[in-house]
Amino acid sequence: MTAINLQRNQVRSARLREAINGYVFISPWVLGFLIFVIGPMIGLIWLSFQRWDLIGDPRAVGWRNYERLFSDRLFLKSMEVTIVYGLGRVPLGIFVALGTALLLNNRRIKFIGIWRTIYYMPVVLPPVAISLVWMWIYNPRYGILNTMIQQFLGIPGPRWLDDAALVLPSLMVMAVWAAAGRNMIIYLSGLQGISNELYEASAIDGAGYWRQFFRITLPLLTPVIFFNLITGMIDTFKLFTQAYVMTEGGPRNQSLFFTYYLFQKGFMQYQMGYASAMAVVVFIIIMALTLLVFRWSKAWVFYEGELTGDS
Amino acid sequence: MAINLAVAAPARKNQFLGKFMPHLSVAAIYAILLLGAVMVFFPFAWTISTSLKTEQQTLEYPPTWIPDPVQWENYPDALTARPFGRYYVNTTIITVLSVLGQVCSSAVVAYGFARFRFPGRGVLFLVVLSTLMIPFHILIIPRFILFKYLGWLDTFLPLIVPNFFGGAFSIFLLRQYFLTIPLDLDEAAKMDGASSFQIFLRIILPLARPALGAVAVFEFMSTWNDFFGPLIYLSSDRNYTISIGLAAFRNDYFTAWHLYMAAAAVALLAPLVVFFLAQKYFISGVALTGSGGSKG
Repeated sequence: MTAINLQRNQVRSARLREAINGYVFISPWVLGFLIFVIGPMIGLIWLSFQRWDLIGDPRAVGWRNYERLFSDRLFLKSMEVTIVYGLGRVPLGIFVALGTALLLNNRRIKFIGIWRTIYYMPVVLPPVAISLVWMWIYNPRYGILNTMIQQFLGIPGPRWLDDAALVLPSLMVMAVWAAAGRNMIIYLSGLQGISNELYEASAIDGAGYWRQFFRITLPLLTPVIFFNLITGMIDTFKLFTQAYVMTEGGPRNQSLFFTYYLFQKGFMQYQMGYASAMAVVVFIIIMALTLLVFRWSKAWVFYEGELTGDS
Repeated sequence: MAINLAVAAPARKNQFLGKFMPHLSVAAIYAILLLGAVMVFFPFAWTISTSLKTEQQTLEYPPTWIPDPVQWENYPDALTARPFGRYYVNTTIITVLSVLGQVCSSAVVAYGFARFRFPGRGVLFLVVLSTLMIPFHILIIPRFILFKYLGWLDTFLPLIVPNFFGGAFSIFLLRQYFLTIPLDLDEAAKMDGASSFQIFLRIILPLARPALGAVAVFEFMSTWNDFFGPLIYLSSDRNYTISIGLAAFRNDYFTAWHLYMAAAAVALLAPLVVFFLAQKYFISGVALTGSGGSKG
């Protein structure tokens, strides 16, 4: 009896020791989470009810910042710009990355490593340098792009970044150039993980290429596409460098991305309270969108684990 | 028949994948891939071409690809027009310390999540994952104020210190990797009287080198290339990073594209060198992200 009790105590103290060890090991993250995430979040919410230019004392203004927000034409514009950009940029990115991965995933194609390296190269470059380079490419007068349009098509090229209708597509193309390599590698590794037996079986059933693509390849890649969708969405809300370096939000606020507007309000006009209210609202929007995409994903994302029952 | 299939499977891997794009001949695929590669290289070529021209030549119509005369002086001119040497030193200091902090702290935390059972582990790990989905730019204002009160503005501390508390993505990646290391190894070491920390140092870390490398290169890239953070926290010229310096340089002149491109070309170089040296970590790391992401 006492022996069993003793054993039980030993087990219990071993469990306790394990738990304590676990907490000790994760404590840096817990601490960082409290200081750099939870603290600032509480601060953000508090600030959003204040009026503060960083110099004097903050003054409580109730819901006024929020009320102002919904009649702020520029804030609404920044939301529109960010969302329109995301709706174009994310699918375009998925299309290019997946297409390239499909081309590379072919046993008749040699030197996959070299292709992979080439396409990945832009991913590692500093956005500021990329922005400068593309500004020069898009330069309406001296840029290489318009020169080529003039030479090959015989018509003058458009004003790209200075054209309200073209500024977002121009930035999308640049962003896809800079980022497609990363997603291509993710898709490629996803493709290589699909077992041949599935293709063999469907080939026996007489399925052609497109049928296999839509019945096997695409469904098995949906988790990766989903991942791509979520990260693309978040990246869109973080977009800043291009607006700051290349367009300053213009022309006619057509590239006034959310983060750039936040920067203007917070760090150029020092409206800390108002900028905080903006951040709170956008945080809620992002959460809602993420939740929505997660919900929606249940309808189309296919996990192999669901079939085999692992994990 | 079944045995045959099983034995032959590895050798015939991708056989059916060869059927992808059946309407395209190999030559057509190569042509598309080549076109893609040309598009990747095109901005580089245009940068280097411009960086070696005279100012006059950059404003000529139509522009030429081959600079004549080749103006090598653009490079020293651009790099001394602002204290770029200083910027490189600053960026290196910030990056090295950030990578160090990020890798060490994330490995410790990931080990905690991978190897110990404790109440709340699942929930806490879910919290780690969910922080991946917060665009942290929205917290910039309270963080700025926090660092202002700490007296850390215009120092490197706001850019470095948070890395010593683990990064969500690094923790996630490392934890997934640690889980693939067989527990038997831990058990054997425990029998020999090794403590948890010794197991971490002597067994887990050496075996996790590929994942640690991936975390290190990702952190290197994101810190080295960061623009938003330094822009907010650093204000005096002597503290600038390369990205901030480059953006400021752009506003020094009205149009000096030959100099901008020379400075940009140099700025493109360092990350490319690191990429070529540590390529395998990038590729395997990115692949790991995707598979991890698809299972998370």
